[in-house]
Amino acid sequence: MEIKKTSLNKLHQTNNAKFVEFAGYEMPIQYNKGIIEEHKFTRSHSGIFDVSHMGQLFIYGDHNLTEELEKIFPLDLKNLKQNSSKYSFLMNEEAGIYDDLIITKIEKGYLIILNAACKDKDFEILSNILGNKFKMNLDNNKSLIALQGPKSVEILNSIINGVDQLNFMTGKWFDSDNQKLFVTRSGYTGEDGFEISISNDGAEKFVQNLIEKGAQLTGLGARDTLRLEAGLCLYGHELDINKTPVEANLKWAISKSRLSNGGFIGSEKIMNQMQNGANQIRVGIKPEGRLIAREKTKIFNDVDTQIGEITSGTFGPSVNGPIAMGYVDKDFSKVDTKILLEVRGKKYPANICALPFYKKNYAKGVN
Amino acid sequence: MSEVKFSKEHEWITLEGDVATIGITKHATEMLGDIVFAELPEKGTNVEKDGTAGVVESTKAASDVYTPVSGEVVDTNQAIVDDPSKINEDPEGSAWFFKLKMKDQSEMDSLMNKEEYDKFAKESAS
Repeated sequence: MEIKKTSLNKLHQTNNAKFVEFAGYEMPIQYNKGIIEEHKFTRSHSGIFDVSHMGQLFIYGDHNLTEELEKIFPLDLKNLKQNSSKYSFLMNEEAGIYDDLIITKIEKGYLIILNAACKDKDFEILSNILGNKFKMNLDNNKSLIALQGPKSVEILNSIINGVDQLNFMTGKWFDSDNQKLFVTRSGYTGEDGFEISISNDGAEKFVQNLIEKGAQLTGLGARDTLRLEAGLCLYGHELDINKTPVEANLKWAISKSRLSNGGFIGSEKIMNQMQNGANQIRVGIKPEGRLIAREKTKIFNDVDTQIGEITSGTFGPSVNGPIAMGYVDKDFSKVDTKILLEVRGKKYPANICALPFYKKNYAKGVN
Repeated sequence: MSEVKFSKEHEWITLEGDVATIGITKHATEMLGDIVFAELPEKGTNVEKDGTAGVVESTKAASDVYTPVSGEVVDTNQAIVDDPSKINEDPEGSAWFFKLKMKDQSEMDSLMNKEEYDKFAKESAS
Protein backbone atom coordinates (compact mmCIF):
# COMPACT_ATOMS: atom_id res chain seq x y z
CA MET A 1 0.00 0.00 0.00
CA GLU A 2 1.28 3.41 -0.87
CA ILE A 3 2.36 5.53 2.06
CA LYS A 4 -0.07 8.34 2.88
CA LYS A 5 1.00 11.95 3.33
CA THR A 6 -0.62 14.77 5.23
CA SER A 7 -1.26 18.19 3.75
CA LEU A 8 1.83 19.45 5.60
CA ASN A 9 4.25 16.93 4.09
CA LYS A 10 5.96 19.50 1.86
CA LEU A 11 6.35 21.89 4.75
CA HIS A 12 7.95 19.13 6.83
CA GLN A 13 10.40 18.46 4.01
CA THR A 14 11.28 22.13 3.69
CA ASN A 15 12.03 22.12 7.40
CA ASN A 16 14.39 19.12 7.11
CA ALA A 17 12.15 16.63 8.86
CA LYS A 18 13.38 13.10 9.41
CA PHE A 19 10.46 10.92 8.42
CA VAL A 20 9.16 7.64 9.77
CA GLU A 21 6.18 5.56 8.78
CA PHE A 22 3.48 5.77 11.39
CA ALA A 23 0.10 4.09 10.93
CA GLY A 24 0.56 4.12 7.16
CA TYR A 25 1.55 7.80 7.04
CA GLU A 26 4.89 9.43 6.35
CA MET A 27 5.29 11.52 9.50
CA PRO A 28 8.11 13.69 10.88
CA ILE A 29 9.83 12.10 13.86
CA GLN A 30 12.03 15.15 14.37
CA TYR A 31 13.43 18.22 12.63
CA ASN A 32 16.93 19.75 12.71
CA LYS A 33 17.16 20.52 16.40
CA GLY A 34 16.32 17.04 17.59
CA ILE A 35 13.86 15.48 19.98
CA ILE A 36 15.22 16.92 23.25
CA GLU A 37 15.31 20.52 21.99
CA GLU A 38 11.85 20.18 20.47
CA HIS A 39 10.56 18.69 23.71
CA LYS A 40 12.02 21.50 25.82
CA PHE A 41 10.80 24.18 23.44
CA THR A 42 7.25 22.84 23.76
CA ARG A 43 7.51 22.94 27.57
CA SER A 44 8.87 26.50 27.59
CA HIS A 45 7.34 28.07 24.46
CA SER A 46 5.07 26.50 21.87
CA GLY A 47 5.39 23.41 19.70
CA ILE A 48 3.43 22.73 16.51
CA PHE A 49 2.47 19.11 15.88
CA ASP A 50 1.01 17.76 12.67
CA VAL A 51 -1.54 15.23 13.89
CA SER A 52 -3.50 15.17 10.63
CA HIS A 53 -3.10 11.41 10.45
CA MET A 54 -5.59 11.15 13.29
CA GLY A 55 -9.23 10.58 12.44
CA GLN A 56 -11.80 13.38 12.63
CA LEU A 57 -15.18 11.73 12.78
CA PHE A 58 -18.21 13.98 12.62
CA ILE A 59 -21.52 12.34 13.55
CA TYR A 60 -24.74 14.31 13.13
CA GLY A 61 -28.22 13.43 14.29
CA ASP A 62 -31.14 14.29 16.56
CA HIS A 63 -31.52 13.59 20.30
CA ASN A 64 -31.55 9.87 19.53
CA LEU A 65 -27.86 10.15 18.66
CA THR A 66 -26.92 11.00 22.23
CA GLU A 67 -28.94 8.05 23.45
CA GLU A 68 -27.29 5.70 20.97
CA LEU A 69 -23.80 6.95 21.78
CA GLU A 70 -24.41 6.40 25.49
CA LYS A 71 -24.89 2.72 24.66
CA ILE A 72 -21.32 2.78 23.32
CA PHE A 73 -19.31 5.21 25.45
CA PRO A 74 -19.11 5.22 29.28
CA LEU A 75 -20.01 8.89 29.38
CA ASP A 76 -22.88 11.04 30.61
CA LEU A 77 -23.42 12.61 27.21
CA LYS A 78 -26.93 13.85 28.04
CA ASN A 79 -25.47 16.22 30.59
CA LEU A 80 -22.41 17.10 28.54
CA LYS A 81 -22.60 20.75 27.54
CA GLN A 82 -22.30 21.71 23.93
CA ASN A 83 -18.66 22.52 23.05
CA SER A 84 -17.36 20.36 25.90
CA SER A 85 -14.95 17.49 25.33
CA LYS A 86 -14.37 14.20 27.14
CA TYR A 87 -11.66 11.57 26.94
CA SER A 88 -13.18 8.13 26.38
CA PHE A 89 -12.85 4.68 24.78
CA LEU A 90 -14.41 2.49 22.19
CA MET A 91 -14.60 -0.97 23.80
CA ASN A 92 -15.74 -4.50 23.08
CA GLU A 93 -18.10 -6.51 25.32
CA GLU A 94 -15.14 -7.53 27.50
CA ALA A 95 -14.22 -3.85 27.95
CA GLY A 96 -11.13 -4.42 25.82
CA ILE A 97 -10.10 -1.13 24.24
CA TYR A 98 -10.44 -0.75 20.45
CA ASP A 99 -9.32 2.86 20.68
CA ASP A 100 -9.05 5.81 23.02
CA LEU A 101 -10.53 9.07 21.79
CA ILE A 102 -11.70 12.59 22.51
CA ILE A 103 -15.40 13.29 21.93
CA THR A 104 -16.77 16.83 21.74
CA LYS A 105 -20.44 17.77 21.69
CA ILE A 106 -21.01 20.13 18.77
CA GLU A 107 -24.09 21.68 17.25
CA LYS A 108 -26.37 18.86 16.05
CA GLY A 109 -23.83 16.15 16.80
CA TYR A 110 -20.41 15.08 17.95
CA LEU A 111 -16.82 15.31 16.79
CA ILE A 112 -14.67 12.32 17.73
CA ILE A 113 -10.88 12.39 17.37
CA LEU A 114 -9.54 8.88 16.75
CA ASN A 115 -6.07 7.34 16.58
CA ALA A 116 -4.62 7.05 13.09
CA ALA A 117 -3.99 3.33 13.28
CA CYS A 118 -7.52 2.63 14.53
CA LYS A 119 -9.70 5.14 12.71
CA ASP A 120 -10.88 2.98 9.80
CA LYS A 121 -11.74 0.06 12.05
CA ASP A 122 -13.43 2.44 14.54
CA PHE A 123 -15.56 3.81 11.71
CA GLU A 124 -16.56 0.30 10.71
CA ILE A 125 -17.42 -0.67 14.30
CA LEU A 126 -19.44 2.49 14.89
CA SER A 127 -21.22 2.17 11.53
CA ASN A 128 -22.20 -1.39 12.38
CA ILE A 129 -23.61 -0.33 15.73
CA LEU A 130 -25.30 2.88 14.64
CA GLY A 131 -26.55 1.62 11.27
CA ASN A 132 -27.43 4.38 8.85
CA LYS A 133 -29.61 6.39 11.20
CA PHE A 134 -27.05 9.16 11.51
CA LYS A 135 -24.78 11.05 9.17
CA MET A 136 -21.19 9.93 9.76
CA ASN A 137 -18.19 11.54 8.10
CA LEU A 138 -14.60 10.49 8.73
CA ASP A 139 -13.34 13.71 7.23
CA ASN A 140 -10.20 13.31 5.13
CA ASN A 141 -10.41 16.85 3.81
CA LYS A 142 -9.36 18.29 7.14
CA SER A 143 -5.95 18.53 8.77
CA LEU A 144 -5.41 18.56 12.51
CA ILE A 145 -2.75 20.75 14.09
CA ALA A 146 -1.85 20.65 17.77
CA LEU A 147 -0.24 23.72 19.31
CA GLN A 148 1.16 22.95 22.74
CA GLY A 149 3.04 24.83 25.42
CA PRO A 150 2.72 27.95 27.59
CA LYS A 151 3.07 30.48 24.74
CA SER A 152 0.44 28.76 22.59
CA VAL A 153 -2.51 30.79 23.84
CA GLU A 154 -0.84 34.10 23.02
CA ILE A 155 0.32 32.90 19.60
CA LEU A 156 -2.97 31.34 18.57
CA ASN A 157 -5.05 34.21 19.89
CA SER A 158 -3.11 36.62 17.68
CA ILE A 159 -4.31 34.59 14.68
CA ILE A 160 -7.75 33.44 15.86
CA ASN A 161 -9.11 36.06 18.19
CA GLY A 162 -11.09 34.60 21.09
CA VAL A 163 -9.42 31.25 21.59
CA ASP A 164 -8.02 32.55 24.87
CA GLN A 165 -11.59 32.42 26.22
CA LEU A 166 -11.84 28.64 25.79
CA ASN A 167 -11.70 26.59 28.96
CA PHE A 168 -9.66 23.41 29.07
CA MET A 169 -11.48 20.53 27.33
CA THR A 170 -13.88 22.75 25.44
CA GLY A 171 -13.96 23.68 21.79
CA LYS A 172 -15.96 25.50 19.15
CA TRP A 173 -16.01 26.83 15.61
CA PHE A 174 -14.07 29.99 14.82
CA ASP A 175 -13.79 32.06 11.66
CA SER A 176 -10.32 33.02 10.56
CA ASP A 177 -9.01 34.15 7.18
CA ASN A 178 -12.40 33.26 5.61
CA GLN A 179 -12.18 29.73 6.93
CA LYS A 180 -14.16 27.81 9.51
CA LEU A 181 -11.85 26.21 12.05
CA PHE A 182 -12.81 23.97 14.93
CA VAL A 183 -10.55 24.73 17.88
CA THR A 184 -10.43 22.78 21.14
CA ARG A 185 -8.34 23.66 24.16
CA SER A 186 -6.72 20.29 24.71
CA GLY A 187 -3.70 18.25 23.86
CA TYR A 188 -1.55 15.36 24.84
CA THR A 189 1.66 16.80 26.19
CA GLY A 190 0.79 17.89 29.73
CA GLU A 191 0.87 21.53 28.61
CA ASP A 192 -1.77 24.10 27.93
CA GLY A 193 -2.60 24.08 24.26
CA PHE A 194 -5.01 23.69 21.40
CA GLU A 195 -5.98 21.36 18.62
CA ILE A 196 -7.09 23.05 15.44
CA SER A 197 -9.11 21.32 12.76
CA ILE A 198 -8.61 23.12 9.45
CA SER A 199 -9.22 22.37 5.77
CA ASN A 200 -6.28 20.67 4.02
CA ASP A 201 -6.08 23.64 1.65
CA GLY A 202 -5.54 26.11 4.45
CA ALA A 203 -3.28 24.04 6.71
CA GLU A 204 0.15 24.96 5.33
CA LYS A 205 -0.48 28.70 5.35
CA PHE A 206 -1.87 28.45 8.86
CA VAL A 207 1.19 26.60 10.15
CA GLN A 208 3.54 29.06 8.39
CA ASN A 209 1.72 31.76 10.27
CA LEU A 210 2.23 29.94 13.59
CA ILE A 211 5.96 29.62 12.82
CA GLU A 212 6.18 33.34 12.05
CA LYS A 213 4.60 34.08 15.42
CA GLY A 214 7.31 32.06 17.18
CA ALA A 215 5.99 28.51 17.44
CA GLN A 216 8.24 25.67 16.29
CA LEU A 217 7.58 22.47 14.37
CA THR A 218 7.85 19.45 16.64
CA GLY A 219 7.97 15.81 15.58
CA LEU A 220 6.41 12.61 16.81
CA GLY A 221 9.57 11.81 18.78
CA ALA A 222 9.04 14.73 21.14
CA ARG A 223 5.31 14.10 21.16
CA ASP A 224 6.11 10.68 22.62
CA THR A 225 8.52 11.94 25.31
CA LEU A 226 6.07 14.73 26.22
CA ARG A 227 3.05 12.45 26.58
CA LEU A 228 5.07 9.90 28.54
CA GLU A 229 6.28 12.55 31.00
CA ALA A 230 2.65 13.61 31.36
CA GLY A 231 1.70 10.00 32.17
CA LEU A 232 -0.62 9.74 29.16
CA CYS A 233 -1.38 6.46 27.40
CA LEU A 234 -0.50 5.71 23.79
CA TYR A 235 -2.70 3.27 21.94
CA GLY A 236 -0.81 0.13 20.90
CA HIS A 237 1.46 0.51 23.93
CA GLU A 238 -0.44 1.15 27.18
CA LEU A 239 -3.79 0.42 25.58
CA ASP A 240 -5.00 -2.40 23.36
CA ILE A 241 -7.85 -4.86 22.94
CA ASN A 242 -6.59 -6.96 25.88
CA LYS A 243 -6.62 -4.07 28.36
CA THR A 244 -9.61 -2.46 30.05
CA PRO A 245 -9.92 1.17 31.23
CA VAL A 246 -9.84 -0.03 34.85
CA GLU A 247 -6.61 -1.95 34.27
CA ALA A 248 -5.21 1.09 32.47
CA ASN A 249 -5.91 3.15 35.59
CA LEU A 250 -8.28 5.38 33.64
CA LYS A 251 -11.29 5.00 35.92
CA TRP A 252 -11.52 8.79 36.11
CA ALA A 253 -12.60 8.87 32.47
CA ILE A 254 -15.73 6.82 33.17
CA SER A 255 -18.69 8.99 34.16
CA LYS A 256 -19.81 8.16 37.71
CA SER A 257 -23.48 8.29 36.75
CA ARG A 258 -22.92 5.48 34.23
CA LEU A 259 -21.36 3.12 36.74
CA SER A 260 -24.54 2.42 38.68
CA ASN A 261 -26.73 1.39 35.76
CA GLY A 262 -24.24 0.41 33.08
CA GLY A 263 -25.88 -0.05 29.71
CA PHE A 264 -22.79 0.64 27.62
CA ILE A 265 -20.69 -1.89 25.76
CA GLY A 266 -18.32 -3.52 28.26
CA SER A 267 -20.17 -2.14 31.28
CA GLU A 268 -20.51 -5.50 33.06
CA LYS A 269 -16.77 -6.11 33.02
CA ILE A 270 -16.05 -2.53 34.03
CA MET A 271 -18.49 -2.63 36.96
CA ASN A 272 -17.06 -5.97 38.07
CA GLN A 273 -13.50 -4.66 37.96
CA MET A 274 -14.50 -1.45 39.74
CA GLN A 275 -15.85 -3.56 42.61
CA ASN A 276 -13.30 -6.33 42.76
CA GLY A 277 -10.27 -4.59 41.34
CA ALA A 278 -8.20 -5.65 38.34
CA ASN A 279 -5.34 -8.14 38.55
CA GLN A 280 -2.96 -5.96 36.58
CA ILE A 281 -2.74 -2.22 36.67
CA ARG A 282 -0.89 0.48 34.77
CA VAL A 283 1.76 2.27 36.83
CA GLY A 284 4.56 4.78 36.46
CA ILE A 285 8.10 3.39 36.78
CA LYS A 286 11.37 5.16 37.42
CA PRO A 287 14.54 3.15 36.81
CA GLU A 288 17.38 4.04 39.17
CA GLY A 289 20.34 5.75 37.55
CA ARG A 290 20.22 6.40 33.82
CA LEU A 291 19.02 3.00 32.62
CA ILE A 292 16.33 3.10 29.95
CA ALA A 293 13.81 0.27 30.03
CA ARG A 294 11.84 0.11 26.81
CA GLU A 295 8.61 -1.55 25.75
CA LYS A 296 8.45 -5.31 26.52
CA THR A 297 11.06 -5.09 29.30
CA LYS A 298 10.14 -7.71 31.91
CA ILE A 299 9.42 -6.56 35.45
CA PHE A 300 10.35 -8.76 38.44
CA ASN A 301 9.84 -8.64 42.19
CA ASP A 302 12.72 -9.18 44.62
CA VAL A 303 12.30 -12.96 44.60
CA ASP A 304 12.66 -13.20 40.83
CA THR A 305 9.02 -13.73 39.90
CA GLN A 306 7.87 -11.84 36.85
CA ILE A 307 5.15 -9.40 37.88
CA GLY A 308 4.66 -7.37 34.74
CA GLU A 309 5.99 -5.70 31.62
CA ILE A 310 6.93 -2.21 30.44
CA THR A 311 4.68 -0.70 27.75
CA SER A 312 6.63 2.54 27.06
CA GLY A 313 10.00 3.72 28.26
CA THR A 314 12.39 6.44 27.30
CA PHE A 315 14.45 9.34 28.63
CA GLY A 316 12.33 12.23 29.91
CA PRO A 317 14.07 15.47 28.90
CA SER A 318 12.21 17.64 31.44
CA VAL A 319 12.47 15.04 34.19
CA ASN A 320 16.14 14.67 33.15
CA GLY A 321 16.09 10.94 33.70
CA PRO A 322 14.64 7.68 32.48
CA ILE A 323 10.88 7.11 32.81
CA ALA A 324 8.53 4.30 31.90
CA MET A 325 5.00 3.02 32.20
CA GLY A 326 3.89 -0.56 32.37
CA TYR A 327 1.53 -3.07 33.87
CA VAL A 328 2.23 -4.89 37.15
CA ASP A 329 0.28 -7.27 39.40
CA LYS A 330 -1.92 -5.20 41.66
CA ASP A 331 0.03 -6.30 44.77
CA PHE A 332 3.08 -4.47 43.43
CA SER A 333 1.34 -1.35 42.17
CA LYS A 334 1.82 0.87 45.23
CA VAL A 335 4.01 3.93 44.85
CA ASP A 336 7.59 3.34 46.08
CA THR A 337 7.42 -0.44 45.60
CA LYS A 338 10.87 -1.68 44.64
CA ILE A 339 10.98 -3.70 41.43
CA LEU A 340 13.63 -5.09 39.07
CA LEU A 341 13.82 -4.54 35.31
CA GLU A 342 15.53 -7.04 33.04
CA VAL A 343 17.53 -5.19 30.39
CA ARG A 344 20.04 -6.98 28.13
CA GLY A 345 19.99 -10.02 30.40
CA LYS A 346 20.72 -8.18 33.66
CA LYS A 347 18.33 -7.02 36.35
CA TYR A 348 18.34 -3.38 37.43
CA PRO A 349 16.50 -1.70 40.33
CA ALA A 350 13.53 0.61 39.74
CA ASN A 351 10.62 2.06 41.69
CA ILE A 352 6.91 2.32 41.11
CA CYS A 353 6.10 6.02 41.11
CA ALA A 354 3.17 8.37 40.86
CA LEU A 355 1.99 9.71 37.50
CA PRO A 356 2.49 12.14 35.91
CA PHE A 357 6.29 12.36 35.96
CA TYR A 358 6.00 15.96 34.92
CA LYS A 359 3.42 18.17 36.57
CA LYS A 360 0.63 19.41 34.35
CA ASN A 361 0.35 23.02 33.46
CA TYR A 362 -3.15 23.12 32.02
CA ALA A 363 -5.26 26.21 31.54
CA LYS A 364 -8.13 27.35 33.70
CA GLY A 365 -11.25 25.28 34.04
CA VAL A 366 -9.46 22.01 34.67
CA ASN A 367 -11.99 19.39 35.78
CA MET B 1 49.34 8.67 17.11
CA SER B 2 48.19 6.72 14.08
CA GLU B 3 45.85 7.83 11.36
CA VAL B 4 42.16 7.58 12.34
CA LYS B 5 40.50 4.47 10.94
CA PHE B 6 36.82 3.64 10.69
CA SER B 7 34.59 0.56 10.78
CA LYS B 8 31.40 -0.27 8.90
CA GLU B 9 29.60 -0.20 12.24
CA HIS B 10 30.48 3.50 12.48
CA GLU B 11 33.24 3.34 15.08
CA TRP B 12 36.47 5.30 14.83
CA ILE B 13 39.79 4.06 16.17
CA THR B 14 43.26 5.50 16.71
CA LEU B 15 46.37 3.68 17.85
CA GLU B 16 49.12 4.90 20.17
CA GLY B 17 51.74 2.25 20.87
CA ASP B 18 49.62 -0.86 21.31
CA VAL B 19 46.69 0.97 22.90
CA ALA B 20 43.70 1.74 20.67
CA THR B 21 41.12 4.43 21.48
CA ILE B 22 37.64 3.76 20.14
CA GLY B 23 34.51 5.85 19.83
CA ILE B 24 31.51 6.30 17.54
CA THR B 25 31.54 8.59 14.53
CA LYS B 26 29.82 11.93 14.10
CA HIS B 27 27.78 10.33 11.34
CA ALA B 28 26.59 7.68 13.82
CA THR B 29 25.52 10.30 16.35
CA GLU B 30 23.61 12.17 13.66
CA MET B 31 21.72 9.01 12.78
CA LEU B 32 21.04 8.17 16.43
CA GLY B 33 19.85 11.62 17.51
CA ASP B 34 20.13 12.78 21.11
CA ILE B 35 22.06 10.18 23.08
CA VAL B 36 20.75 9.74 26.61
CA PHE B 37 22.45 6.57 27.82
CA ALA B 38 25.83 4.89 27.37
CA GLU B 39 27.07 1.57 28.70
CA LEU B 40 30.75 0.65 28.37
CA PRO B 41 32.67 -2.61 28.77
CA GLU B 42 34.31 -3.29 32.11
CA LYS B 43 38.01 -2.70 32.54
CA GLY B 44 39.98 -5.91 32.33
CA THR B 45 37.56 -7.73 30.03
CA ASN B 46 38.66 -9.05 26.68
CA VAL B 47 36.63 -8.10 23.64
CA GLU B 48 36.73 -9.69 20.21
CA LYS B 49 36.85 -7.89 16.87
CA ASP B 50 33.30 -7.09 15.65
CA GLY B 51 31.81 -8.19 18.99
CA THR B 52 29.58 -5.95 21.09
CA ALA B 53 31.40 -3.73 23.56
CA GLY B 54 28.75 -1.34 24.79
CA VAL B 55 25.38 0.23 24.19
CA VAL B 56 24.17 3.70 23.35
CA GLU B 57 20.56 4.77 23.56
CA SER B 58 18.83 7.76 22.06
CA THR B 59 15.36 8.92 23.02
CA LYS B 60 14.15 6.63 20.23
CA ALA B 61 16.10 3.36 20.45
CA ALA B 62 19.01 1.34 21.79
CA SER B 63 22.01 0.45 19.60
CA ASP B 64 24.95 -1.83 20.23
CA VAL B 65 28.47 -0.47 20.06
CA TYR B 66 30.94 -2.86 18.45
CA THR B 67 34.68 -3.01 18.73
CA PRO B 68 36.51 -2.91 15.41
CA VAL B 69 39.54 -4.75 16.88
CA SER B 70 40.26 -7.34 19.61
CA GLY B 71 41.97 -6.61 22.88
CA GLU B 72 41.81 -6.07 26.61
CA VAL B 73 39.84 -3.08 27.91
CA VAL B 74 42.35 -0.90 29.77
CA ASP B 75 40.31 2.28 30.20
CA THR B 76 36.74 3.57 29.77
CA ASN B 77 35.38 7.10 29.56
CA GLN B 78 33.19 7.58 32.65
CA ALA B 79 32.42 11.18 31.58
CA ILE B 80 30.13 9.98 28.76
CA VAL B 81 28.33 7.58 31.09
CA ASP B 82 27.66 10.43 33.53
CA ASP B 83 26.62 12.84 30.77
CA PRO B 84 25.78 11.01 27.52
CA SER B 85 24.98 14.29 25.73
CA LYS B 86 28.76 14.78 25.47
CA ILE B 87 28.72 12.08 22.79
CA ASN B 88 26.62 14.30 20.53
CA GLU B 89 28.79 17.31 21.30
CA ASP B 90 32.24 15.86 20.55
CA PRO B 91 31.91 12.29 19.27
CA GLU B 92 35.29 12.07 17.55
CA GLY B 93 37.22 13.86 20.30
CA SER B 94 36.66 14.00 24.05
CA ALA B 95 33.72 11.56 23.92
CA TRP B 96 35.80 8.44 23.22
CA PHE B 97 34.28 5.21 24.58
CA PHE B 98 37.07 2.82 25.62
CA LYS B 99 40.75 2.00 25.19
CA LEU B 100 42.01 -1.46 24.27
CA LYS B 101 45.41 -3.06 24.57
CA MET B 102 45.57 -4.64 21.13
CA LYS B 103 46.69 -8.20 20.54
CA ASP B 104 47.07 -8.09 16.79
CA GLN B 105 47.73 -4.72 15.23
CA SER B 106 47.20 -6.09 11.72
CA GLU B 107 43.47 -5.95 12.51
CA MET B 108 43.77 -2.22 11.77
CA ASP B 109 44.61 -2.95 8.14
CA SER B 110 41.13 -3.96 7.04
CA LEU B 111 39.53 -0.78 8.40
CA MET B 112 38.64 2.25 6.29
CA ASN B 113 40.50 5.54 6.13
CA LYS B 114 38.60 8.83 6.44
CA GLU B 115 37.96 9.22 2.73
CA GLU B 116 36.69 5.65 2.37
CA TYR B 117 34.50 5.97 5.44
CA ASP B 118 32.94 9.27 4.37
CA LYS B 119 32.00 7.66 1.07
CA PHE B 120 30.65 4.58 2.87
CA ALA B 121 28.62 6.68 5.34
CA LYS B 122 27.15 8.76 2.55
CA GLU B 123 26.12 5.66 0.61
CA SER B 124 24.72 3.80 3.61
CA ALA B 125 22.67 6.83 4.65
CA SER B 126 20.86 7.09 1.33
